[in-house]
Amino acid sequence: MSQRHKSVETKYMEDRDAVLKGLRQLDRRTFLKVLAATTGAVMAKSLMPPHSFQLVEVASAAIDKASSASGMAGKPPFTFAYISDTHLYQRTLNQRFVRAAVKAVEDVNALDPQPDFVLFGGDLAQLGRREELDLGKQILSELKAPVKMMVGEHDWFYDLGDAWQEMFGPPNYSFDWKGVHVVVLMSVHEKDFWTARKMTPAERMQTVAGLDNGIQSRFEVGDDERKWLADDLAKVPHTTPLLVFSHSPLYKYYRNWNFWTDDAEQVQAILKPYKHVTVIHGHTHQMLQNQIGNISFYGMLSTAWPWPYAPTGLPPLTIQMNRADPFDQFDGLGDGQFNVRTDGLADKIYNLWDRNPVTIKADYLISHGKTARPPAPQFASY
Amino acid sequence: MSRRTIAFGTLAFATLAVGAALIAAAMHPIREIFAQERPPFPTHQALAAKNGGVVVMLCDGKTSMEVKGLKAGQQMTHQQAIEVTRELMAKWQRQHPNQKWQMAEQMAQTDQSSEPVPAPSAASGADVAKPGETVPSPETSAKPPAMGTQQGDTYASFTERDYKIWKAQTDSFVAEGNRIFHDAKELGSTIGVSCDMCHPDASNTHPETYPKYQVQLQRVALLRDMIDWCIENPVKGKALDPNDPKLRALEAYIIAQRKGVALDYGKH
Repeated sequence: MSQRHKSVETKYMEDRDAVLKGLRQLDRRTFLKVLAATTGAVMAKSLMPPHSFQLVEVASAAIDKASSASGMAGKPPFTFAYISDTHLYQRTLNQRFVRAAVKAVEDVNALDPQPDFVLFGGDLAQLGRREELDLGKQILSELKAPVKMMVGEHDWFYDLGDAWQEMFGPPNYSFDWKGVHVVVLMSVHEKDFWTARKMTPAERMQTVAGLDNGIQSRFEVGDDERKWLADDLAKVPHTTPLLVFSHSPLYKYYRNWNFWTDDAEQVQAILKPYKHVTVIHGHTHQMLQNQIGNISFYGMLSTAWPWPYAPTGLPPLTIQMNRADPFDQFDGLGDGQFNVRTDGLADKIYNLWDRNPVTIKADYLISHGKTARPPAPQFASY
Repeated sequence: MSRRTIAFGTLAFATLAVGAALIAAAMHPIREIFAQERPPFPTHQALAAKNGGVVVMLCDGKTSMEVKGLKAGQQMTHQQAIEVTRELMAKWQRQHPNQKWQMAEQMAQTDQSSEPVPAPSAASGADVAKPGETVPSPETSAKPPAMGTQQGDTYASFTERDYKIWKAQTDSFVAEGNRIFHDAKELGSTIGVSCDMCHPDASNTHPETYPKYQVQLQRVALLRDMIDWCIENPVKGKALDPNDPKLRALEAYIIAQRKGVALDYGKH
């Protein structure tokens, strides 16, 4: 393209860079004033594109002011990052997913300040083989911050968790972190569908790896682990904020694809007495949020491939991501960060690769969408 | 109707009677009831050959000719068979001037009589329907669609069984596409990736929006172009020929998942 003719996008980005360069000379207070003024002008002209830099900055500035005014939260007491659903094959077979996992590790390592820990959200491997898990462990070992591991169904159903547990320990555990009680669940147990069908371990794994085959059972936390959870929480006061990690969403979204936990209501009942509960899950490979009673749910992004929204059951509070561009390997994928506030609630930043990041404030979910609503996507997904 | 009453009467008598012989005798009328409701398929008695050849009959069961030089059990060549059938149809047409084969045969079935199909010159000639008319008949009410409702009405002559066969054939084509869609090896993937990994139930493939200008390809694309693009790129296999049975099956499966969705070509 000729240098004399610039596209609309190029001009926009140049203008944006010029403005931001100028603004860097200003102190924070003046910066916010100028930003508010320019955004006001843009909004008045109805030129406000969702996800534009103006809107995101002003929204967060406004909420910062609001929360400091109410004395609720200033700086978060701690942050943690996540990487989820890397679905690694052996390195010799598939470099695509390896590249993506490495990219996520580099992202998290570039965070300054570093997060307190990195949650891995499950589905490290694609077909549960030891070589795949080894590769994943090796990639995650590059992380500077400590890693907390969660298991996914792709890690489990080749050898029913033998290799994974050998490498990473028990699949469900809890710990306390800066006033928050953190629980990691193994939520992808399945009732035996393989023995009657005389499936080999590889066939069992392949069946679980498919979303739409209808042969496998539904995910569940199960009786034993629900009892473990109740026992674990018995010593935790109801005023303590809870942070729960599960691979599958701990609610019922879409049964046919196992975007689902069969005993979700029973798990929710155990969490119900607590004032602030945040559940963070993998598996669905999409921006996904839900609020059920006292529980805020956030879905994590995958690094391997994005999933379309299911035809029914999408929680209405979900801020959707536009459908991904198949021609861009990294579109619709990414990693993310949670800023845990002093009250134990968490703001989530979706770090979408090749797109602007999207922040979902805890206030948005606990107010059932009445405040702090992030910008809506430009296009509906099909 | 009266025959059925008699049959039931016999059955009632049989149940009252004691003795195996009488019950055995009663089985006969039961068979008769079934036989009455589902008559056996008609068979045509071939005529004896007069000149040492083989007699071939048209499916009206009447028009026939002898193929000279053909021995019983021998097969005709394809060309010979075409000539024979052509000759048979010509013979039928000579016997039934101004009639159409399909209409005449349907009338013969509706009539259910063994009488020869009347030629238009015969007394009942006035009853032969012109296109768009139906033949007035006392027995038309519970019969299959009457002849002559519409000239060349192909589908009127198919049965429930035909529809079942077609559905089974179509479904197995779709099922084959389903299998390939979920199978990285069948797709020729060199990296273990299959279509369903990003498109469970073929979601987000929106086949109803093609053809459309595919911005990333800088040209108008059909669904198959995108299938091939996906096979070449994320799946890392070799693009399939447009006539490859695998590509056709994939297309069938993807489209089948969107049954009922309005066509909306060009949509982005």
